[in-house]
Amino acid sequence: MMRTVTVVGASLAGLHAARGLRDQGYDGRLVIVGEERHRPYDRPPLSKQFLTGEGEPDGGLGPLALTDPEDEAELDAEWLLGVRADRLDPASGAVGLADGRTLRTDGVVIATGAAPRTLRATALPGVHTLRTLDDARRLRAELRAGAARVVVIGAGFIGAEVASSCAALGLDVTVVEAAPLPLVPQLGERMAKACAALHAAHGVSLLCGTGVATLRGTDRVTGVELADGRVLPADVVVVGVGVRPVTGWLEGSGLALDDGVLCDEGCATALPGVVAVGDVARLARPGTGGTVRAEHWTSAAEQGAVAARNLLAGATVEPFGALPYFWSDQYGARIQFAGRREPGDTVRIVEGDSDGGAGAAGGFLAVYERDAIPTAVLAVNRPKPFTRLRRELARGPRLAVR
Amino acid sequence: MIPVCRIEDLPEGESVRIEAGDSHAAIAVFHTEGAFYAVDDTCSHQDASLSEGWLEGCYVECPLHAALFDLRSGMPTCLPARKPVRTHAVTVVDGLLYVHPLVPAAQEEAVA
Repeated sequence: MMRTVTVVGASLAGLHAARGLRDQGYDGRLVIVGEERHRPYDRPPLSKQFLTGEGEPDGGLGPLALTDPEDEAELDAEWLLGVRADRLDPASGAVGLADGRTLRTDGVVIATGAAPRTLRATALPGVHTLRTLDDARRLRAELRAGAARVVVIGAGFIGAEVASSCAALGLDVTVVEAAPLPLVPQLGERMAKACAALHAAHGVSLLCGTGVATLRGTDRVTGVELADGRVLPADVVVVGVGVRPVTGWLEGSGLALDDGVLCDEGCATALPGVVAVGDVARLARPGTGGTVRAEHWTSAAEQGAVAARNLLAGATVEPFGALPYFWSDQYGARIQFAGRREPGDTVRIVEGDSDGGAGAAGGFLAVYERDAIPTAVLAVNRPKPFTRLRRELARGPRLAVR
Repeated sequence: MIPVCRIEDLPEGESVRIEAGDSHAAIAVFHTEGAFYAVDDTCSHQDASLSEGWLEGCYVECPLHAALFDLRSGMPTCLPARKPVRTHAVTVVDGLLYVHPLVPAAQEEAVA
């Protein structure tokens, strides 16, 4: 019998798990712990409209808010915000907080997300990572305080979106990527090349195949020194080199941790009464022997209901099987991807033309296939046919693409 | 009122985005279930064009986050959207489809 459930993490995944619990009739005590001082808010706009938007954002969440007073009344949760959980002791049913408090709980939803990877010696003023609203506020202010040259380290989705936003603000932007081409693991080489072409098409330099040796500057960053000796002058540096799941607080809990909290296919950990959702959760993929940890908005939103159901049932009665989906907005192009691409899948352009790069007029629609069976779909500025293929993929793997 | 197109140019299952002048946001017009519907084009959740959304019966799914809106009322039926989109009255005169941006739709509209 669950009398108290504690959700650790007050962002998208934690919020949806909390909603899932209430939607499924849980009427016990619900505690939501969040390290940030904010109520849940939406992160995707932080690298996009939030940076480029007109006017000054006020102290509140504004359009980023994921809850309103009506929602919060329905949730009927105790919010412990601005405090980090630093310990889980399943034997005694205790979640320890960094301020010394201990919460007694019957169920735990781990939703602590992920934190940006950093480079060594990146504590210099002018060097940013972008994950939280407070990160975005600091970056936004510096970009508008006379910065002229921005270097973005890492050309993944966050890096590319920040570069796009900086270019839209009229700044001189260079993106540095250690790999020979960004996003190859996600998109495959041909489509990665098409998307990378967006940078140059919008006046942003993309330097691939070179690592960063060090950052220059004493009181404040002045440049980025590359491994090949080149130095890029910079007023602002944004580091977007991926994230690591926030699991440090779970050391010693008995949970299996391996680049995330190991779960079965239904977000349940090996410990009774403990489930994990969102960026921090590494789920089993039945039938493959593998595991998958998704960092997608959609997974974070959709896992909550499944995890809540399995937590309340005391066993995994529902697997999480939603088709992976993510999107990115860069330089006015909307990139959407859905499915499970594997290395070696072939790519077929079914609409438009990718040869001119992803920014070319009209965009394109590409289908990834393995043995002539669609595995994934990528679209640039083709939302309607993308949705059709996304739905077909979600229904089953054996439908041919018309 | 704003002319949209001839009704034969918007077949069942199709949608179109129209500009509604400087004082009004763009409007998405749909032909589904034998009727025409018009709602504000921009999803109430985030920047996405509902005219590019997926039509299923009297509902449109936002192309970005799969929020579902009832075209008759503008109400979202599931997360992530929480606010409705505005509806607009639609009329057909001599085979031409018109949208009335300042008039909310009645519950039954312009049968094709």
